Amino acid sequence: MPKLSYLKALNRALADEMERDENIILLGEDIKLGLTNATTGLYARFGDGRVLETPLSEQGFTNFATGAALVGRRPVVEFQIPFLLMLVFEQIANQANKFSIMSGGQARVPVTYLLPAAGWRAAWGGQHSDQPYPMFVNAGVKTVVPATVTDAYGLLCSAIRDDDPVVVFAPIAALGVREILDYGDLKPVPLGVGRVHRAGTDVTVVAIGHLVHDALAVAEQLADEVSVEVFDPRTVYPFDWAGLAESIQRTGRLVVIDDANRACGLAGEILATAAEEMELVAPPKRVTRPDGAVVGCSPELDVALQPSREQLVAAIQAVMK
Amino acid sequence: MPSPATISSDLYRTMRLIRRFEERALELVAAGEIVSGIHPCIGQEAVAAGVMAALRPDDLVFSNHRGHGHLLARGSDPGRFLAELAGRETGIDKGRGGSFHPSDFAVGVLAATGTVGHGAALAAGAAWALGQEGTGRVAVSVFGDGAVTQGALLEAFNLAALWRVPVVFVCENNLYATTLPVATGVAGTITGRAEAFGIPASTVDGMDAEVVLAAASEAVERARAGGGPSLLEFSTYRFHGHHTFEIKARLRYRDEAEVAAWQARDPMPVQESRVAPSLRTRIDAEIEEILDAAVAFAVASPRPDPADALAHHYATGLQARAGVAS
Repeated sequence: MPKLSYLKALNRALADEMERDENIILLGEDIKLGLTNATTGLYARFGDGRVLETPLSEQGFTNFATGAALVGRRPVVEFQIPFLLMLVFEQIANQANKFSIMSGGQARVPVTYLLPAAGWRAAWGGQHSDQPYPMFVNAGVKTVVPATVTDAYGLLCSAIRDDDPVVVFAPIAALGVREILDYGDLKPVPLGVGRVHRAGTDVTVVAIGHLVHDALAVAEQLADEVSVEVFDPRTVYPFDWAGLAESIQRTGRLVVIDDANRACGLAGEILATAAEEMELVAPPKRVTRPDGAVVGCSPELDVALQPSREQLVAAIQAVMK
Repeated sequence: MPSPATISSDLYRTMRLIRRFEERALELVAAGEIVSGIHPCIGQEAVAAGVMAALRPDDLVFSNHRGHGHLLARGSDPGRFLAELAGRETGIDKGRGGSFHPSDFAVGVLAATGTVGHGAALAAGAAWALGQEGTGRVAVSVFGDGAVTQGALLEAFNLAALWRVPVVFVCENNLYATTLPVATGVAGTITGRAEAFGIPASTVDGMDAEVVLAAASEAVERARAGGGPSLLEFSTYRFHGHHTFEIKARLRYRDEAEVAAWQARDPMPVQESRVAPSLRTRIDAEIEEILDAAVAFAVASPRPDPADALAHHYATGLQARAGVAS
């Protein structure tokens, strides 16, 4: 059985989808050489009409993709740095994502925004290491944060096939994850459906992106004292609230570990919804970055600002008291 | 090719429709039927009529907040368009686009984005896709002088020129970005911006529809033939305020002599003089009839059901969560 990395799975999903549907085009910076490795080999395979290497014009090429989508193309736009998605937030949230409703359903904007480098990049400075996915959740833009190799493949395929704009956040910390699999098992994973990676009865840990792997490690570490269920929403908008409710029905307790900032981050929304609509037997906890975290200048300082396994252990123990 | 007389009367018909549509819309604003108010394009009809007359039915247009004339010139149904302005379910966008963001896919107007200057890259992307089809279709992006100070416009110029896409950039320079005079907001020239990217550009009289049509036809044919983008800057003027809020706000940013000088160049009489009086009378009567029916249709159309407020947000039919937990 072959071993596939998360990053190779993204590359494979792009290639398979481009092979399947000639309307799929790729736009982005340095994509001919595949600087991020997500697009490696695609220019050689699909050529100029399908792979458009762009100058540094993020706002321009993001709207360019929307225009192409309005006439039937299915663009995938790659961004190298998380905050570039904030530079084009207007183009995605205020234009692409509003054209369906503003046209009374005439417009379809099937664009995928692929960020194969979400989160911390050690010591690359304060402008390269953010996790802005809660902003897209707030704006109602479909957004996925795959944690595993098969989900990276499957969610990227589904994002491309979806008729609405979808943002794909691939955490840097997950890119090296490998899975032994049969290529035939790689298939689209539906948007909006979470996944229970480990069943448990005492506490539900909701983990986002690469933190799923940390949550699984912590669950194993604590196995003798507490039965932890690890729930991975996979899609952060629309969120699988029903799946979470089912899990909490089993456990009655909730901890969220999320690499986004604390205030108005995703974890806050999950806690709020659970408190309002689900039956918790203990106050929930969240482990996140601090408010307005700026990371990326010095590894010691950066690590101190990101959610850790130790913090997760403490949070689980606190809700179990 | 239609005869010159037919071209003249067709242009007149389009302009007359736009002028009278806007006047009827102003009445509906005053009556409270069009809650948003409108950005009237009265004074700028020659640009809309002339540019759209240069296009084929299968070409595409990206409009803006002052876009009524563009849609009407492309053939949008006046009744469904007025219903759209009035926020009715029978509108071209089911009342979700309104006066500010109307689109009408049936006539090839795919968006009217309100983010000034950002529509140009939408048009460039659509035009790129059309160019790949090799069927000679082109896209037109219409924006005002306020757009030329946006960086996004220059990004669109760069991409369009770089990839030689069949797009025509149309700048309706009405001399004011809301209240800001073009001379105090724009360094250099508008055409110079395009020329810097190797895009052919010219400044053209926007108060004469036939002059507009000639210039637009040349740019459109260049795009169709694979010659890439062009920029046309049309000198024009809006006779009303930026938006109908100015009826109450009474902002003073244009002097009366300037307004009078431009009103003396009203594009309507220019075009009217090219049409035989008997034909003109007939066209005018037809348009009144069309607009009477359009107004009646719009105001009689049902208001949307508040229960449908989340509809159409997603092409896939996804329903967003409600604001209150049930």
